[in-house]
Amino acid sequence: MIEVKNIQKKFGDKIVIENVSAMMKPGQCNLIIGASGSGKTVLMKCMVGLLTPDQGEICYQGESYFSMSQEQRTSIRKEIGMLFQGSALFDSLTVEQNIMFPLDMFTTDSDSQKLKRVNEVLERVNLKDVNRKFPAELSGGMKKRVALARAVVLNPKYLFCDEPNSGLDPQTSLVIDKLIKDLTVEFNITTVVNTHDMNSVMETGDYILYMYQGKKEWEGTRKDIIFSKNQLLNDFIFASEFLKDAKDMRMLEETGKMPNVRNMDELTRP
Amino acid sequence: MGLLSDIGRFLLMLKGMFKRPEKASMYWKELMHQCVEIGIGSLGIVAIISVFIGAVSTIQTAYQLVSPLVPLTTIAQIVRDTVILEFAPTLVCIVLAGVAGSRIASELGNMRVSEQIDALEIMGINTKTYLILPKIAAAMLMIPLLVMIAMALGIWGGRLAGTAAGIISPNIFDKGLAADFLPYNVFFALVKGYVFSFIISSVPAYYGYYVRGGALEIGRASTKAVVVSCVLILFADYILSALLL
Repeated sequence: MIEVKNIQKKFGDKIVIENVSAMMKPGQCNLIIGASGSGKTVLMKCMVGLLTPDQGEICYQGESYFSMSQEQRTSIRKEIGMLFQGSALFDSLTVEQNIMFPLDMFTTDSDSQKLKRVNEVLERVNLKDVNRKFPAELSGGMKKRVALARAVVLNPKYLFCDEPNSGLDPQTSLVIDKLIKDLTVEFNITTVVNTHDMNSVMETGDYILYMYQGKKEWEGTRKDIIFSKNQLLNDFIFASEFLKDAKDMRMLEETGKMPNVRNMDELTRP
Repeated sequence: MGLLSDIGRFLLMLKGMFKRPEKASMYWKELMHQCVEIGIGSLGIVAIISVFIGAVSTIQTAYQLVSPLVPLTTIAQIVRDTVILEFAPTLVCIVLAGVAGSRIASELGNMRVSEQIDALEIMGINTKTYLILPKIAAAMLMIPLLVMIAMALGIWGGRLAGTAAGIISPNIFDKGLAADFLPYNVFFALVKGYVFSFIISSVPAYYGYYVRGGALEIGRASTKAVVVSCVLILFADYILSALLL
């Protein structure tokens, strides 16, 4: 579990995050959403310790990260996996070497054990025959999946994903979302995702934190979003007429006034 | 103020490098990789420059020594001492500041901009120790070796050019090389090699590691790293010459 307590971060005179608190639970996808420049990435960087907040605490299992000794912080970091917006794969290493890197650095496993683990996670993210390829030879979606494989290769307790769908087509985005969701549930990971992809929000958001101009504007589940009266949130999430219609349909489904047409099994059942 | 803050941050970077490695074998692998990149990767250009510098020195020295009273062995002596004292350590290191220095700055800059350094930090790896220390250590191992190779090739180039141009016979050249040879000059050149190799590796590492922005900033950082390294090499050259000669 990760607790964010009254985090504040300034760059110069500009307050980028102001008194944000949240509780991210294990086994669920915790989403931080908001427009560009709302402070999502800064908040995530504070959570993983890449930035130090000016005020407030980030607690891992109840222990304040910034009060820990360097050794404790290092051991927490070994339990963190992170999927970066640009994948952040090491250019000079092959896919296999990229994924093997954390194993090389932090385990004493034999080469064959490490290779077995690499192949396991590659299979888990639905990638085949890419072991010898370099990142430059992969598509955007494949890079994201390799980065995800690298992030989970050490079985992390915490998974952070910074805009995992940016630059991907809708179909590949769905695949990445599903992978993140499945891994979260399968390994009971506390997953934190920064996104402004509305599909991700509605499909994977177990807990959603909406940030507006550095402040926490709203929090709740994906179901709560449908019924939320928060104007800023509605304007952000359901920005187009198409999305507004989708919201109305989802609202009717949730209230039972209309059958769930997406559940074909239910509809075709005799 | 900017200069002082740069110096302070540079010193903190150096201090931050000396942390216990997470896994010694991985650091050893990285050190060997950097030795190959910096040492073997620069060998070709060092060899070419050294041979031609030696050759040009012989021809120009002979051109200026027109008096029949000056023995021909003096040409070899002058070539030997200029190559050992100045050309091999200083000129080669200035070239290496361009070759190895820009590579270090752009590699680290690219890693910073593409969040690869952040990815390493998240894994719990001390990036200053893992990325910068092996580069400085490799430079300090390989560049003095390159300087030694440059000395040998420079003198050989001078001998070759002198013979080919009919200025001096190989025997007389060899005789001149052995005359009044001071081993201290080689020691002095190696001291310069060590100091310059630290500059060549640490200054670009600093500019690359702390780069902010995108591709344009990486280019700027790389250029700045080379310019600052060259100026520092010339400044250190003067200080070392004043102190040690």
